[in-house]
Amino acid sequence: MIGALLSSPALASIGGAIEFIFAPQDSSVTGGRQVGGFDQVVELTLSQLELTLLALGLSLLVALPLGLYLGHRGTGELFAVVLGNVGRAIPELALIAFMAAAIGVGVLNLTIALAVLGVPPILANTFVGIHQVDRATVDAARGMGMTEFEILRKVEIPLAVPTLFAGVRGATIAIVATATIAPLAGVESLGDFILGENVYGSNGVLAGAIVVALLALTLEFAFAGLQRLLTSPGLKLRSA
Amino acid sequence: MRIKTTRLWGALLLALALTLGVAACGSDDDDGGATTESDGGGGAIVSNPDNGKVSLTIGSKNFPEQEILGEIYAQALAAAGYKVKSDLNLGSETVARKAVKTGEISGYPEYASTALTSFFGKEPEEVPADAQGAWEEANAEFEKEGLTAFEPTPFASANAVGTTTETAEKYDLETVSDLEGVSEELSLYGSPECPQRIDCKAGLEELYGLKFKEFKSVDIGLRYTVLENGQADLSILFTTDPQLSAEKDKFVILEDDKEVFPAGNVIFVTEKSVAEEAGPDYEETILQVQEGLDLAVMQELDARVELEKQTPKEAAASYLKSAGYTG
Repeated sequence: MIGALLSSPALASIGGAIEFIFAPQDSSVTGGRQVGGFDQVVELTLSQLELTLLALGLSLLVALPLGLYLGHRGTGELFAVVLGNVGRAIPELALIAFMAAAIGVGVLNLTIALAVLGVPPILANTFVGIHQVDRATVDAARGMGMTEFEILRKVEIPLAVPTLFAGVRGATIAIVATATIAPLAGVESLGDFILGENVYGSNGVLAGAIVVALLALTLEFAFAGLQRLLTSPGLKLRSA
Repeated sequence: MRIKTTRLWGALLLALALTLGVAACGSDDDDGGATTESDGGGGAIVSNPDNGKVSLTIGSKNFPEQEILGEIYAQALAAAGYKVKSDLNLGSETVARKAVKTGEISGYPEYASTALTSFFGKEPEEVPADAQGAWEEANAEFEKEGLTAFEPTPFASANAVGTTTETAEKYDLETVSDLEGVSEELSLYGSPECPQRIDCKAGLEELYGLKFKEFKSVDIGLRYTVLENGQADLSILFTTDPQLSAEKDKFVILEDDKEVFPAGNVIFVTEKSVAEEAGPDYEETILQVQEGLDLAVMQELDARVELEKQTPKEAAASYLKSAGYTG
């Protein structure tokens, strides 16, 4: 059983992909140049990470204040939800091509295109997280003489941290996975391996996918850790 | 009186229909005569009921010209009586060749030059310049792996370094060699695979000795957009691009004086066993409908899809009809 598994073509190609990650390989279309290998993997991973963080930053800049404001006011639920759903339906490649004519291709184009993916989950989760805070708690805070801003900062946001982070983590996964299309708009990323099967071979395609998955998991764990740090002890106790 | 009028109209319509029919037949013969010499056929494709037992899946790579070719072959084979499905937009040549080998598709159109450089490890300068020679060499290689390639189309396509007429005038560029000394100031845009490919940027660097200010990769569909919006000084284009004839005063290609970009005629690649099973009509139909595909016709079809936004299916159908292959 295990022997059959090990000799299966799927596992054999995983072996090839891992080799591709660590050592440059021959390619039939490059006139003798070798492709892949650790240096190129690291370079493309960093480029993909940079683009992901830029797009995530822009999503947060747009969605977080808006979500906090609407959630605190308790209005605009329809807006937040509709925008959230419509945002998911925008075809990225069409958006990139559309912006290419206006602002050209490159980091700016991709940052905006990828932020479009990040805004909906952050906005929806921020809105829901803030809005769902027990109104009695908010009234009590108000009764204690807190200003509206203090209520948001000291009561609502701490209580909304888990929901809010679920949005940020969802946005991160969507952005880091989609950043593989960056080579179609003038920026290097791990997508170079995935889009360039003629150059990198099927080992390269699989290697690209594996590294993207690892990068996504790393970011997911990092944000989970950050979430634990930021969640108030009281809330952890309650949910435990 | 009423009956008579109806009859009169009927007769008129019949006469009109007959005239059109005769005219259509006439044009068939003309087109056939003009475009097909070798097999002497050229007329409409005849449906053979025996072919109904054979199912074929026609594939193509993922850009308009390929999808048009895939549609032309698929629709022609359907007209010949085969049960035809199409699976276009397969991705790169590596994916398409794998799909033929695994039987996922029956066959797809490939450029002979691409087959030789991408599959069979030939350097661009080793690719025979004549269509027949390139096909024979590619076919011999395909035969070794159980595949076969049908004879080439009249038109050939190649990569080319393109630029705007303004840039060409500014730097006095006519050939790729003219880039020597100025390429360091110029940006080059091409597909994500381009930097590594010997028939793309790698060849420009190694065989022409050029260095560029920067290279940026873009989707093939944006190759003119980046020139138009002024981002790219140079962009990798295709010699069959309709933009080159439709917008002659805007874009030019630089002559490939050291032959880094081998021109490739299209050969239809299929599995030998599929070809045997499908019978002689398979190859005959494909060779018949591609007879009319010279450079002007292919550019016109590319223009209908890329500039006029017809679907590849519509463009292929109108080609088959106007050339008289289908009714």
